[in-house]
Amino acid sequence: MDYLLSDEQKMIKELAHKIAEEKIRPAAAKYDISEEYPWEVLKVMAESDMFGLFIPEEYGGCATSVFNLCLATEEFSRACGGIAVCYAASALGTFPIVLFGNDEQKKKYLPDLAKGKKVAAFAITEPEAGSDASGIKTVAKKEGNHYVLNGLKHFITNGGDAETYVVIAMTDKTKGARGASAFIVEKGTPGFTFGKKEDKFGIRASSTRELVFTDCKIPAENLLAKEGMGFIVTMRTFDMSRPGVAAQALGIAQGALELAVKYVHQRVQFGKAISSFQGIQWMLADMATEVEAARGLVYSTARMVDAGVKDVSKESAMAKMYASDVAMKVTVDALQLFGGYGYMKDYPIEKYVRDAKITQIYEGTNQVQRGIIALKLIKEMAK
Amino acid sequence: MNIIVCIKQVPETTEVRINPETNTLMREGVKSIINPFDMYAIEEAIRLKERFGGKVTVVTMGPPQAESALREAISMGADEGYLVGDRAFAGSDTWATSYTLAGAIKKINQINVANNSLADSGKGHGIDLILCGKQASDGDTAQVGPGISTHLNIPQVTYVKKIEEVKEGMMRLERMLEEGYEIIETSLPALLTVVKEINEPRIPSLKGLMRAKSAKITALTQKELNLDPQQIGLCGSPTQVVKIFTPKPRAGGQILKGEIPDITKQLVDLIKDEVN
Ligand SMILES: Cc1cc2nc3c(=O)[nH]c(=O)nc-3n(C[C@H](O)[C@H](O)[C@H](O)COP(=O)(O)OP(=O)(O)OC[C@H]3O[C@@H](n4cnc5c(N)ncnc54)[C@H](O)[C@@H]3O)c2cc1C
Ligand SMILES: Cc1cc2nc3c(=O)[nH]c(=O)nc-3n(C[C@H](O)[C@H](O)[C@H](O)COP(=O)(O)OP(=O)(O)OC[C@H]3O[C@@H](n4cnc5c(N)ncnc54)[C@H](O)[C@@H]3O)c2cc1C
Repeated sequence: MDYLLSDEQKMIKELAHKIAEEKIRPAAAKYDISEEYPWEVLKVMAESDMFGLFIPEEYGGCATSVFNLCLATEEFSRACGGIAVCYAASALGTFPIVLFGNDEQKKKYLPDLAKGKKVAAFAITEPEAGSDASGIKTVAKKEGNHYVLNGLKHFITNGGDAETYVVIAMTDKTKGARGASAFIVEKGTPGFTFGKKEDKFGIRASSTRELVFTDCKIPAENLLAKEGMGFIVTMRTFDMSRPGVAAQALGIAQGALELAVKYVHQRVQFGKAISSFQGIQWMLADMATEVEAARGLVYSTARMVDAGVKDVSKESAMAKMYASDVAMKVTVDALQLFGGYGYMKDYPIEKYVRDAKITQIYEGTNQVQRGIIALKLIKEMAK
Repeated sequence: MNIIVCIKQVPETTEVRINPETNTLMREGVKSIINPFDMYAIEEAIRLKERFGGKVTVVTMGPPQAESALREAISMGADEGYLVGDRAFAGSDTWATSYTLAGAIKKINQINVANNSLADSGKGHGIDLILCGKQASDGDTAQVGPGISTHLNIPQVTYVKKIEEVKEGMMRLERMLEEGYEIIETSLPALLTVVKEINEPRIPSLKGLMRAKSAKITALTQKELNLDPQQIGLCGSPTQVVKIFTPKPRAGGQILKGEIPDITKQLVDLIKDEVN
């Protein structure tokens, strides 16, 4: 399908494609096995200005565009969902500063993030606060010119490897959801350490770690927006970043589809390429149509976000939910088309299934997304 | 450091098709890319600029569509591009190509001096270095680089795998040999041809791509270059291509075994047989 991309968008897509094919795909299996952080590949992305796609020009980026971010993330994910999420999670950690940072905070943090000299992370989840983010227990207590953080975040993407963290903590427990605030915390701050690094099913190139805060003193000027705005910062950030997760799912699905089409063309059984069997052709047709439908939803949502449409939470949720469900279905079907070979680690396809699964879970599980969509429908009806 | 990189646009295929009647390359319908070896030359030039400052100028001789090769080099970090092209240059062999490119390089130097963007080194060219690929993936002769240096009367070092040291007016290089390498010092300006061991070409940046899209490419035709008509194009090309074919693979060698006097005798006998 032709999405009538502008010259600049085509350029970004082609460049990301080149990086994916030349630098990501050849390294994907290596990082999947070693679980090392793919600095080498991120350096190439950085030198190609890819980290500038979500940062305004005046702070060293190429203008914030969720659509451009989606184009790049989709291409990277076609080759490796794990490496792609290291990139996309930096966007997630950067958006709160872009959206809510004051000029000084932006000047201080964004130029290095735009150049990819530093990577960012976003931390809200805690062991007892997953889908129910309002259950977070990490506290930030104001003491003079400082806040003192105590608590534990877990499952944080880029944890340990990122330099710049946006952390959600309670400043006033009595106020419930209105008592949370967002803070910028730099790696190396005394009292800020890293705990367990998770051993994961998929996206193994990316790091997922615990962040531990023990009397961690940060300057008061590291507060983002105002006290009490922590969940607003989070929701607005997710509205921007969910199309990115959707694009990640879309890229994984597209990558698996391409591998499957190529494989069925080569594999001979009953004296013919298995692509000549109608049972297989119908599977391919369904897979391709679902991927295209997901793309339509992701691109339209990203364009809405960039156009400044005020409330995109329903569309963002739809794009994330649908694209990730498609990714799960299409990768499983692609593996099926590889037969027994697909089940073996010598073939690249099983990794796509493992990488796809996370897209139904993080940045709000798909159950939570369905909840958002349904609530919105009911509200719209009541108007 | 002011560097010129000569790049050639070639068809993206290892199977070069030759027109059997004219014995020239058939370019139709094949995607064009920068000669892979020239990518290493571009990368090395940009790295030198990043270390020492200066300017990287890319030059190609070819048809109008070769402009895209120049833009690609600019997207990687080259500063400006010159497209050398004219009907009068058509049918050039390696002699005429290198003569024409040498003429273009002299002209570029004049333009630079006139623009005062470069200081003339007093030797007739303010250019410190000219880089070429080892050879072109289609023509494959590896003659154009050495040809340019000869026409410009500057030193040449071929098959460079590493620039070890750069000092005022001199460079120390590692030159690849079949087994190992030799270290060569040359005065500057010089022309180097590079092999793929020298570096890993970068992927362009987005800002580079945007700059390249609008960068000005200067055309140089016979009118600007005013070259000796006897030395350009078809009539300036002394080579006559009689036939182009893929040579048969070399037959495997034979290893003689035994004591040295035995082997010597066997060898002498074999040679005698061969001669008879
Ligand atoms: C690899 C990885 C990376 C991550 N990266 C980050 C990160 O960078 N930053 C960050 O802050 N967090 C991150 N997370 C956390 C992630 O967002 C949470 O895991 C996710 O929100 C789900 O929370 P939970 O794991 O506690 O599951 P739970 O909330 O315990 O959910 C368990 C199950 O119950 C379902 N469920 C829960 N509530 C409802 C409901 N109301 N209705 C219907 N079903 C419901 C869920 O859908 C799920 O199926 C990451 C997680 C993983 C696995
Ligand atoms: C015997 C012979 C006869 C030929 N006759 C004709 C003919 O009649 N008509 C015709 O169209 N072609 C002809 N050609 C092809 C043409 O002359 C060559 O392609 C051209 O001279 C470059 O030579 P090459 O490809 O061997 O490059 P090489 O010498 O292998 O290239 C070495 C390096 O020189 C530089 N270089 C080479 N060519 C260029 C260029 N054009 N611009 C900038 N830098 C360059 C690059 O850095 C390259 O890596 C002929 C070639 C040969 C060998």
